[in-house]
Amino acid sequence: MSLISRHLEANGMPTVIIGSALDIVEHCRVARFLFVDFPLGNPCGKPWDTAMQRRIVRHGVSLFESATAASTTARSPERWGDDGWRSAYMQVTEANRLTLARMGEDLRRRRAVRQSRPDAP
Amino acid sequence: MAIHEPVAYMARTRAYYQAQGFQRAYAYAQHDDAPFAPLPKPLAQCTVGLVITASLAARAPLEPRQVASAPIEPVPQRLYADDLSWDKQATHTDDAASFCPIVALKELEQEKVIGRLAARFHCAPTEYSQRTTEEQDAPEILRRLRDDGAEVALLVPL
Repeated sequence: MSLISRHLEANGMPTVIIGSALDIVEHCRVARFLFVDFPLGNPCGKPWDTAMQRRIVRHGVSLFESATAASTTARSPERWGDDGWRSAYMQVTEANRLTLARMGEDLRRRRAVRQSRPDAP
Repeated sequence: MAIHEPVAYMARTRAYYQAQGFQRAYAYAQHDDAPFAPLPKPLAQCTVGLVITASLAARAPLEPRQVASAPIEPVPQRLYADDLSWDKQATHTDDAASFCPIVALKELEQEKVIGRLAARFHCAPTEYSQRTTEEQDAPEILRRLRDDGAEVALLVPL
């Protein structure tokens, strides 16, 4: 989405990204970014919490007017609550190392089958 | 409440795929600066386009992804993201408003914070190929936004 933002900006259309992957968006560099420090999946607020969603979206669109230069990152003050997700996401441990290796093999096998089809894109 | 460092997703993803036996790490797009389009007029007079990364219909994990568009009314109650990378242990995507903020934007339209929300929203395919995004999908999304009369765009990646 950061690349799409850059394309729109380069063609004269202002953008704001509301997202939760700070390092990925800042690595790419975009014009205006509201960072919401939540697990990936609900950048506009916790599911069913309409009041929080309203606050986050309002904060996001405010950057259209408040940002005066590229690479503007604002941080949402909203909190997810339980922080267990921070260490758990895509965790590699001794306990799951073998499972991950098997998942990788399975994925490569499925890709190879797909690419061997005559109608593969 | 303790303040945490943001999750280092690029490093985390790299380690995860290495553990799956993928030798070549994904090269995330990197730039030293960013283009910046100034707001052409007050936001209260602008038409806002909305772009998300979820899809309108369920997709299989390796199914090709394409730009898609749909009307904002009736507000979609269900959008699909099972084939995308997000934290499926910590949360869920059953509430489309948590990543496709049509209702919140309509409220901002009623409050005259924004001029109006464009009549359609757009689904951007998240592509492994940055070239496909830059040369094919991004121009297509710009074209559709302009067709809708959008003057600014709110982008919400999962």
